Amino acid sequence: MPQKTYAGSAVDVDDEGFMTNRAQWTQTIGEAIAREEGIAALTPAHWKVIEFMQKEAQETGQAPTVRKITKSGLITTKELYDIFPGGPAKKAAKIAGLPKPVGCV
Amino acid sequence: MDEKIKKVSIIVSRGSLDGVLPGLIMANGARMEGIEANLFFTFFGMDAILKKRMGKIKVATVGNPGMHMPTLLGALPGMSAFATSMMNRTMKQLDIPPVPEYIEMAHDAGCHLYACKASVDMFKLKKEDFCPQVEAIITVGDFYAKAAGGQIIFT
Repeated sequence: MPQKTYAGSAVDVDDEGFMTNRAQWTQTIGEAIAREEGIAALTPAHWKVIEFMQKEAQETGQAPTVRKITKSGLITTKELYDIFPGGPAKKAAKIAGLPKPVGCV
Repeated sequence: MDEKIKKVSIIVSRGSLDGVLPGLIMANGARMEGIEANLFFTFFGMDAILKKRMGKIKVATVGNPGMHMPTLLGALPGMSAFATSMMNRTMKQLDIPPVPEYIEMAHDAGCHLYACKASVDMFKLKKEDFCPQVEAIITVGDFYAKAAGGQIIFT
């Protein structure tokens, strides 16, 4: 299984770079992944989404899709695309140490 | 690794639910992957962006072999409404939004929406007849210019 090093710790990832072992995730690692994804600094708005996704994933076993995130009333579609440019749910899931969200909506 | 798709321009030409949804799903899905997306509505596909009609998009029960229903049965009064309400229920369970909300969501996700000038002229429509998410009424030439460098999908 491939590994990547973030903030000095090696973590297990899949072929697309999504972490496969949630227990290895820390906020510092999340910040390092975010920088790699082109987000220089995570704001409270980012963390709100990341924490929501982690909670959802824990409850359902799956990373939530864009629709799930926006429907929760946490954030508008526009804002979500603004703060995670280039594929919001995918990018946020990667930073949150979750698998890639599955879903077409 | 293969080169990634960077831009798609999707033409929606039909006004039934089964004609409109695939284009919306593909365009919004493109944005979810960080792909630039244009939606171009032509002919009866414009029903999806017309204020008066976008909330009344129905499943085609006549001339639709996929319904597995004899044409005469499909033509019975109420049949299309019935099939539509069945499909709407399934869509709700799957968390697929109704057409007007889908249009809003796709627009908020950064899709660009356009109406076809030839169709607008043919049906004697005006910009005000369209929902506010529609950016402009454009010619086929404008469409090709906007689609340049990307893939074009006709639905």
